[in-house]
Amino acid sequence: MATSIMQNRMFSSDSRAKPELAPVSAETLVKWLLIFLSAAFLVVMLILPLILVGAEALSKGWEAYVAALAEPFAQKALLLTVEATVIAVLLNTVFGVASAWLLTKFDFRGKAVLGSLIDLPFAISPVVAGLFFIMLFGRMSPFYPTLQAYHAAVVFAVPGIILATVFVTFPFITRELVPVMEAQGRSEEEAAATMGAGGWTIFRYVTLPNIKWGLIYGIILCTARAMGEFGAVSVVSGHIRGKTNTLPLHIEILYNEYNFTAAFAVASILVFIAILILVLRNMVEWRTQNRRIQRQRPH
Amino acid sequence: MSVGGRKIDASGASARTRTSMSVGGQKEVASMAYEVELKNINKHYGDFKASDQVNFGVERGRLIGLLGPSGSGKTTILRMIAGLETPDSGDILIAGERVNELAPGKRGIGFVFQNYALFRHMTVRENIGFGLKVQKESKSRIRERVDELTRLIGLDKFADRYPMQLSGGQRQRVAFARALAPSPRLLLLDEPFAAIDAKVRKELRGWLRETIHKLGITSIFVTHDQDEAVEVADDIIITNRGRVEQAGTPLEIYRKPHTPFVADFIGESVHVPDYTVFKGFSARGGSEHPGIIRPEFIEIGLDDREIAMPLAAEHGIVRAAYFRGSNVGIDVEVKGQILKAARSLEKVPLQEGDEALVLIHRILSFEGGQAKTIANQSKRKESVVI
Repeated sequence: MATSIMQNRMFSSDSRAKPELAPVSAETLVKWLLIFLSAAFLVVMLILPLILVGAEALSKGWEAYVAALAEPFAQKALLLTVEATVIAVLLNTVFGVASAWLLTKFDFRGKAVLGSLIDLPFAISPVVAGLFFIMLFGRMSPFYPTLQAYHAAVVFAVPGIILATVFVTFPFITRELVPVMEAQGRSEEEAAATMGAGGWTIFRYVTLPNIKWGLIYGIILCTARAMGEFGAVSVVSGHIRGKTNTLPLHIEILYNEYNFTAAFAVASILVFIAILILVLRNMVEWRTQNRRIQRQRPH
Repeated sequence: MSVGGRKIDASGASARTRTSMSVGGQKEVASMAYEVELKNINKHYGDFKASDQVNFGVERGRLIGLLGPSGSGKTTILRMIAGLETPDSGDILIAGERVNELAPGKRGIGFVFQNYALFRHMTVRENIGFGLKVQKESKSRIRERVDELTRLIGLDKFADRYPMQLSGGQRQRVAFARALAPSPRLLLLDEPFAAIDAKVRKELRGWLRETIHKLGITSIFVTHDQDEAVEVADDIIITNRGRVEQAGTPLEIYRKPHTPFVADFIGESVHVPDYTVFKGFSARGGSEHPGIIRPEFIEIGLDDREIAMPLAAEHGIVRAAYFRGSNVGIDVEVKGQILKAARSLEKVPLQEGDEALVLIHRILSFEGGQAKTIANQSKRKESVVI
């Protein structure tokens, strides 16, 4: 587009011999219109809400804000969110790397089916996913008597929340790694195998360094999604204050109780974490690109 | 073990068969002399038959070219020898031992991949040393061996660079050194020159051939380029549609192609549906007489003075003449068929539409599926008269 604008300018300057008076071309108009539209959209959809969250949270002053955060139920909710996120991200890192490795470095029957199954959590509404776990581990489940016998509660308890979070964030790391690993092919692994390297050595010294940045990126995305998960967790949680409430659920409860200041104060924590993750994400992206440029440039 | 310069001998090769093979699945007589031997190998990918009763043996120290069009199964053969693919049936022997169930790393092979497959996050030094590190060699031993190999490939000054910072030819040499580092008994190279530009490729071919002969390591390389195979290999194995068509020295294969496919694939071949139409190649029973005429079977001249035996020559019309660097390629129409000929740059140039005399010295015929060279008979008669 830029070149066509240039050509247009040159053309009009030739014909009129007064370049500074050249009329605004249609391309320039379209360009500014698009920029304005995107900017307006961003302001309305993202920036305004962010400012409003901050403003509302602080509307009754710093003391009210700190009090809302220091409240035991809010603290508990934050701890539970961090706990569920850490466990879900750890599990999904292992699952994600394993499934991406399987999908890209091996051929087997049913590979396409497995690939689609991994995407399933993306396609299913989180609420429906929550209902799955209610059906699987709740009162209607055939496993329920066994679970009861061992006093192991899944639904309306912390394990259910972790399960729901794992399910919803399952595809992130795999989806991030599969294109990277596919582009890299299998020959480096095969080369290592012909030199006598075993499976773990190949993974540790050949595959992992090659996918490192993609993996970190996937972990960041997975973390962001796990922290904010509402739908599936809401269904399996049971909303027991101080026990099974995560941050997003806690915010909803506060909001429904017309305790807006507290709701927005707690929400600001999530916003803050989201911005932190965004910055981290950009740093990783910048780092990856920078490395690529450095390696391509000969000494 | 043959070390040093390569021998070209056509007749001697049949007396002392270095690369034996059989087409069609008869069992080859077992021989312990082979460094690598494939016996009745079959391999399918779904409906696609990648290997169809493949049999051949390679003697120690030989440099073998596996030559065939793409999809002919040559890379599959190489990967099965390496253990990167498993044959459906048949035996693979390395140094007389069956290795079918042996992991790639335990077969004593070095593999050079088509796109080098260098470890991109490791330096040249780390790449070359990887195999030794995996085999738990001491650090000083690894260092010694890596230094030795970087000198061999002439990249000792680049040892701390990453693969991204090297040219195609340099990467290829690093891949070669990496495969050699653990001192394998067999070196396998998959299209080693495919990703390199033309000029560097020529240099590397010569370098690789000399280095392999100097080291005396048994090597098999895959290529689809007949010039490359002829120039580099001691022996060529030609594959087509999963089968071994022919094996032998380059000259042998060139002179005596066993099948129409080989005749067509090696050299510049023009098919003629019925060679009996040409002077000196009269009918001798049978109804169909397909044959192949190569440029070097033909002599083309402007008039009587340029052709040794003008009476045995046909009259033709030049349809195209094109400069090819070292000679002029000529398409000449004789009896309604376009034949290809080559003409020295020193001679009077022929142009499109010129009448010319065309003497066909030989024709390769495939009557009854058997390749046979037929000489021009009227040429013989004339020489008797004179």
